[in-house]
Amino acid sequence: MMKNATVVDVTDLVVQRGRVRAIDGVTFSTRPGEVTGLLGPSGCGKSTLMRALVGVQIVQSGTVEVLGLPAGDKRLRDRVGYVTQAPSVYDDLTVAENLRFFARVLGVPATEVDRCVEAVDLTSRCDHVVSRLSGGQRSRASLAVALLGSPELLVLDEPTVGLDPVLRRDLWAMFHRLADEGTAVLVSSHVMDEAERCDRLLLMREGRLLANDTPRTLLDQTSTEDVEDAFLTLVDQAGAAA
Amino acid sequence: MSPRITFAVATRVLTQLRRDHRTAAMLLVLPCLILALLAWMFADAAGGLGFDSLGPPLLALIPFIVMFLVTSVTTLRERSSGTLERLLAMPTGKGDFLGGYALAFGLVAAVQSVLAVLLCFGVLGLDVAGPVWMLVVVAVCDAVLGSALGLFVSAFARTEFQAVQFLPLVVFPQLLLCGLFIPRDQMPPALEAISNVLPLSYAVDAMTSVSSTVGDALGGVDPAVWSDLAVVVGFAVAALAVGAGTLRRRTE
Repeated sequence: MMKNATVVDVTDLVVQRGRVRAIDGVTFSTRPGEVTGLLGPSGCGKSTLMRALVGVQIVQSGTVEVLGLPAGDKRLRDRVGYVTQAPSVYDDLTVAENLRFFARVLGVPATEVDRCVEAVDLTSRCDHVVSRLSGGQRSRASLAVALLGSPELLVLDEPTVGLDPVLRRDLWAMFHRLADEGTAVLVSSHVMDEAERCDRLLLMREGRLLANDTPRTLLDQTSTEDVEDAFLTLVDQAGAAA
Repeated sequence: MSPRITFAVATRVLTQLRRDHRTAAMLLVLPCLILALLAWMFADAAGGLGFDSLGPPLLALIPFIVMFLVTSVTTLRERSSGTLERLLAMPTGKGDFLGGYALAFGLVAAVQSVLAVLLCFGVLGLDVAGPVWMLVVVAVCDAVLGSALGLFVSAFARTEFQAVQFLPLVVFPQLLLCGLFIPRDQMPPALEAISNVLPLSYAVDAMTSVSSTVGDALGGVDPAVWSDLAVVVGFAVAALAVGAGTLRRRTE
């Protein structure tokens, strides 16, 4: 893969959901080896944007390319890992059974199962039925499925919500480790304090991108101390300009 | 379609069933209990309808109804839990998903029918003219038909509660018109015409033919059974094809 090739390339994306314009002309790209944070209040269109990236969202106009192919292309299906906000694993199977099943669907060796369970720190819960796990453990089981086969792009919808701070720190460390190995990681969050852990930030509000920069540049440009203030400043600026 | 993924889906569905002891017990024991109840009901009755004439249609109805319910609820769960979306975002083909379910539930139906048939012949004294193994074949086809219809209606239900309500809508009219209560050719012409286009009529006809007639070819199976069975399988394939259309990779 070329060093500067983009992994995700979104141009003028518009998504209409019912009467709501969920995504209103969004353009951005991400590169391999970067952890990109998609931040914004809940309901701002983060999940819809992520669905568009993995090709499960009907879009009105614009283009979404992933690894040089149209999003959702058949050839992308084992190259993109996707975690929805609600854990999508089978409640009545154990963690290991869930992973073994998805590993077989993806055609990756069974050794991947142990590696991915370990990566999300669920080894001790491996043989527990998912419905008996806590919410955080369930979402980690769902995350483990996305890690199977080391996909080139990871699209993670709020993977750290409700987790204890130590675990959150460990997961972010893992995202960076994966990025260092060349994976492009896109993580959404509505918690602004997670922004500092990202290489690049996409700030989103009401279906539009407010900013697309590194956390440092963002703070410098808005003369603020934290991302929450930067977000507010950008909202005010956009309001004044309108 | 890939055999690897189809088998993965089938194995997973069976693992889920194995874990759910109550459902597994209901699937395997309940049909036997109902047939035993039916036999007992007619134990002291003389003449007219009896266990010999009602037993075979019930062997057709039970796998159909049970698989309709089980499939509509499980597929709905796959749709609402996000696992279907995840599977379709992976290299899973719609055929793999449907085929895996058909395989798993077909196998359950086979075990269910073998148990029910063994009970009918071994204990309850059911008497049929045709070959006994054919009863199991017909029952498995009926189960696949039930699964296929269940899958199809699951696309129109938002909740499990709604999915269960489809049973009276889809199954009851077929139950009334399938010839169980009154022979189909004695119904008002309009109803007979309707019963001619309902799959369960052919499922029950096939079962009744196996139990009442003997053919000279193909292991003693009346040719009419094969044509009825072909209609049942045809309906199942059509429902699966339409059902496949309701599995969407891209949604609003």
